[in-house]
Amino acid sequence: MTSEATRTTTMQYLLLIYANEAEFGARPEADLKAIMADYGAFTQSIIASGAFKAGDRLAWASTATTVRVRDGKTSITDGPFAETREQLGGYYLVEAKDLDEATAIAARIPGAKYGSIEVRPVITAS
Amino acid sequence: MSHDLDQIYRREAGRVLATLIRLVGDFDLAEEAMQDAFAAAAEQWKRQGPPVSAAAWLVGVGRRKAIDRLRRRSLASRKQLDLEAHAAVERQVAPWPDGDDSFGDDMLRLIFTCCHPALGLDAQVSLILNTVCGLSVDAVARAFVAHRETVAQRLVRAKRKIRLAKIPYETPGPERIEDRVEGVLAAIYLVFNEGYAASSGPDLIREDLCRDAIRLARLLGDLLPGRAAIDGLLALMLLHDSRRPARASPEGDIILLEDQDRGLWDRGRIGEGLALVDRALHVRGCPSPYAVQAAIAALHARAAHHDQTDWRQIAGLYEVLARLSPSPVVDLNRAIALSMVDGPAKALDLLDALAARGELALYHPLPAARAEMLSRLGRRDEAIDACRAALASAKLEPERRLLARRLAHLGG
Repeated sequence: MTSEATRTTTMQYLLLIYANEAEFGARPEADLKAIMADYGAFTQSIIASGAFKAGDRLAWASTATTVRVRDGKTSITDGPFAETREQLGGYYLVEAKDLDEATAIAARIPGAKYGSIEVRPVITAS
Repeated sequence: MSHDLDQIYRREAGRVLATLIRLVGDFDLAEEAMQDAFAAAAEQWKRQGPPVSAAAWLVGVGRRKAIDRLRRRSLASRKQLDLEAHAAVERQVAPWPDGDDSFGDDMLRLIFTCCHPALGLDAQVSLILNTVCGLSVDAVARAFVAHRETVAQRLVRAKRKIRLAKIPYETPGPERIEDRVEGVLAAIYLVFNEGYAASSGPDLIREDLCRDAIRLARLLGDLLPGRAAIDGLLALMLLHDSRRPARASPEGDIILLEDQDRGLWDRGRIGEGLALVDRALHVRGCPSPYAVQAAIAALHARAAHHDQTDWRQIAGLYEVLARLSPSPVVDLNRAIALSMVDGPAKALDLLDALAARGELALYHPLPAARAEMLSRLGRRDEAIDACRAALASAKLEPERRLLARRLAHLGG
């Protein structure tokens, strides 16, 4: 929400990159190389524009471990929190003036072409 | 609220709210401030009558009320407000210079924010009716035959998302506006169809929905002139709405197009609609699907009697429409139009092929159309079966009564 008085404040958005790991893993080597090169170029471009705060690629969801503490007892289980068709594979934390700017950045993430990008506003203490 | 103030509310609430949201930067605060301003108006205008520009007066008062509210909130958290804190509160609210006439721009901001694609279609429609059209939560719930709590929740969630995800209060730039206008038109058309599909029961509010949808499209057309899709949708709604007085009997029974008293059709709406269709079709490139649908409605409007309808051209327009935005409902309507040109046998083939595709399994107009073709071909028993199938999937009472009458007519 912008008012004239607060228009200059920026927001942070977490861009969560989801893709179907099985489909992704079945791609030929050359494809994966090209995608990695696209990611490199994209990351450089948002560093240059000043939007980039952080970003990483994650290991396969099969390497995930879920931790819960109930009644003081810690349980550790194999696998991600939820089984879904697309898995979380990486993220960017970006600064943007509003949701439109954030979704425009998200649309340029290479993974948006074959997976989905979830755009979540970050709540900052104020 | 007095009757006069009620009318002013319906007319001006959207504009006042649109500007207040820009000034205070928050939907909820702007709404509270607007309610405060209308409460003040109820007191003051009782004695003096409304000022020449009611909207400007309401924005001015609303803006001060918003500052008061922010000040009370700061006080509640800080016990005492020093001069600096007073000034900080004032700075949170943008100034409202005398003679500022950005009502139109603000209205566009509000419309585009309400219809932002990051909000669900239900939320978009509820928001636009609640804010731009000034309908109460109760009225929105009644219009959509939904629980008040459901609608209230939907509005709260949508406003929270606008605030937390920071959906901008802006008219989209040229690179995005075409898509966004399409989204706004889809929401407006949904409002219209909610109003138009109902043909019985406590209808008044639903007629209001048709009027609100037309008002929204007119407003959008005034603010963004020269867009064929907006002209096309407005024409389509005007031409459909022109038939409203003839579409139902006083008992609430459906009167089909061929049986309608065309003298009851609203000539004013038809005239306006026909002019808009011409404008919307005379653009370069692909015509808007709304304009093509409006052109079909225009051919009905131009026919003085049902048997003078230019069915060949209507069937052709449905073919254009099927290419622009393919849908089984368009194919169904094309088959019905073709039956008026090439006869029922060929149309029945098309309908059977459509039924075999299975997409319209629960859509009663398909078996109803089959019943019509079979009856015209003298295949009475099959017509009765088709009519029964239609009756089994029809939900609205007036539709069921119409099908029951046809079934009786077939002797079934």
